[in-house]
Amino acid sequence: MMQTTAVVIGAGHAGLAMSRRLTERSIDHIVLERGEVANSWRTQRWPTLRLLTPNWQTRLPGHGYAGDQPDGYMPLAEVVATLTRYARLIGAPVRSATTVHTVRSVPGGYEIRTDGDVLHARAVVLATGACNLPAIPGTADTVPPPVTTLTPLTYRDPGQLPDGGVLVVGASATGVQLASEIHRSGRPVTLAVGEHVRLPRSYRHRDIFWWLEATGLLAERYDQIDDLTRARHLPSPQLTGTPEAITTDLNTLTALGIRIVGRLGRITDGVAQFSGALANTCALADLKMNRFLNRADEWATASGLDDELPPPHRFAPTRVDPRTPLELDLTSGEVTTVLWATGFRPDQSWLDIPVRDRNGHIRHDGGVVTGAPGLYVLGLPVLRTRASTYIHGAAADTGALAHHLHSFLGRRRRP
Amino acid sequence: MTITDSPVNNGVNVQALLGAREALSAAPEAAQFTWRASCTWRNGTHSHSTVAGFTGLGAEQQHRTEYEFDVDHPECFASEDNGATPVEFVLVGLVGCLTAGVASVAQHRGIQLRSVTATIEGEMNVLGILGADPDVRNGFEAVTVRFAIDADASRDDLQALIAQAQKRSAAFDIVANPTKVLVELA
Repeated sequence: MMQTTAVVIGAGHAGLAMSRRLTERSIDHIVLERGEVANSWRTQRWPTLRLLTPNWQTRLPGHGYAGDQPDGYMPLAEVVATLTRYARLIGAPVRSATTVHTVRSVPGGYEIRTDGDVLHARAVVLATGACNLPAIPGTADTVPPPVTTLTPLTYRDPGQLPDGGVLVVGASATGVQLASEIHRSGRPVTLAVGEHVRLPRSYRHRDIFWWLEATGLLAERYDQIDDLTRARHLPSPQLTGTPEAITTDLNTLTALGIRIVGRLGRITDGVAQFSGALANTCALADLKMNRFLNRADEWATASGLDDELPPPHRFAPTRVDPRTPLELDLTSGEVTTVLWATGFRPDQSWLDIPVRDRNGHIRHDGGVVTGAPGLYVLGLPVLRTRASTYIHGAAADTGALAHHLHSFLGRRRRP
Repeated sequence: MTITDSPVNNGVNVQALLGAREALSAAPEAAQFTWRASCTWRNGTHSHSTVAGFTGLGAEQQHRTEYEFDVDHPECFASEDNGATPVEFVLVGLVGCLTAGVASVAQHRGIQLRSVTATIEGEMNVLGILGADPDVRNGFEAVTVRFAIDADASRDDLQALIAQAQKRSAAFDIVANPTKVLVELA
């Protein structure tokens, strides 16, 4: 058995940032990685994916964006290259191609069994991310057989789909990006839209993430948010990173020819039934967007920026066709593929410690796992701030958690 | 602004609702409710239903009194019109639920209501229930609710109010979304 002070599981942006913080504090540790650095980015994302956040915002501890396109959106390959470079730069002690089988509590810390050996550590940091598995509704089992189904984890490009119509279920960032890519490949897309977050790509000549950061929204702490459960379950915003910085809201998709329908309720006898609440779902998203734009304008005025920026304006309300169908017959041959863009969930099945709530979520206080001293979790939505969902926020969270971990070790050392 | 200090009074105990939300999140079994009604056929299309007990908070509960409902169809359906039609009860349920939601959300958001009235309409082609046209569904083709609200709030705030009332409405969800229905012989 190998002994180390801390084990970080996962060498993505969060795990690497944590490694750097531990190194800063001279805390002896190992980063375990099932594949290579940035494995999910390498193996579980479609190749046209770009970050939602602008390049200038891709900040890791001790490392900022140094390229020549600070306002661009990083393509997948560049994300992989950036993280790989970062791992080298910080000298992260990554043990790649090592799969963790179980983590359990033992006297004095934790035992980590991998496919290679057994490690013992006083502290463990779970940095395997929030998007390991697709979250698919139960009704997926009732898709009639001739229809192909796939998830964003297995989707690569439209060429992998049969010809014919595609039902994309879910209209968050993933759903709107893939709906638009697939529709442009000549496969007519129907997009089932539930609760969603509408945001323009840019507002008053500034990227929306500039506004989200400048107004302080992204910095809102988990312990200051009224409805934390809701904040943690909010779908990702309907944004796409493209070289042209285009907006991908529902009006844009409708203009492309994509058919918008309500949330998928169930599939009965091969017929998909959609919610009749689409108009309200869209009205709620428009209202929420306008509340944020109001906040942005108030902030700009208070900050004396109104002379520098173009004047405030509002975007057209989401157009909902009153004849929107409530049903789609999946047996008619019109639809040949269903793509479940219904979200993701973490895979922590190897964690053999009773720290989960009744819904299977790890209970934690800003990343400090409840009831398991020395156990930490990173990279979950709104872990410590609203920014935690994004690379720079997850990386920033490691500061507070490394500090906590350090004092935890200190406490334990005292006689 | 804290809710306890709010001078706004729409007669909704928001503190109790927020307390229930917290308590029931900690004890999810108590959050499981079963709502019931009993129905007895009278004659023709006339039936009589009662509502009294329901299950919730981990126990059997009772309304303050038993409520009674006569359900029938109008004379143009060759019925005796001893009560509202079933679909009108659906409309009453939906608009009652949305109105309760408007008052509750307004209370929570510190909006004093002076008056709230609503009309609700359900459009239906009866060729569906008559079995005369297989392309026509039995139920409503569309339901329209129109709220008139007099309150100290901007039109945007009132739009947000009715949007949130829909979002948190059980009856709205039941009408707008598919629900599994099982009808069996006792």
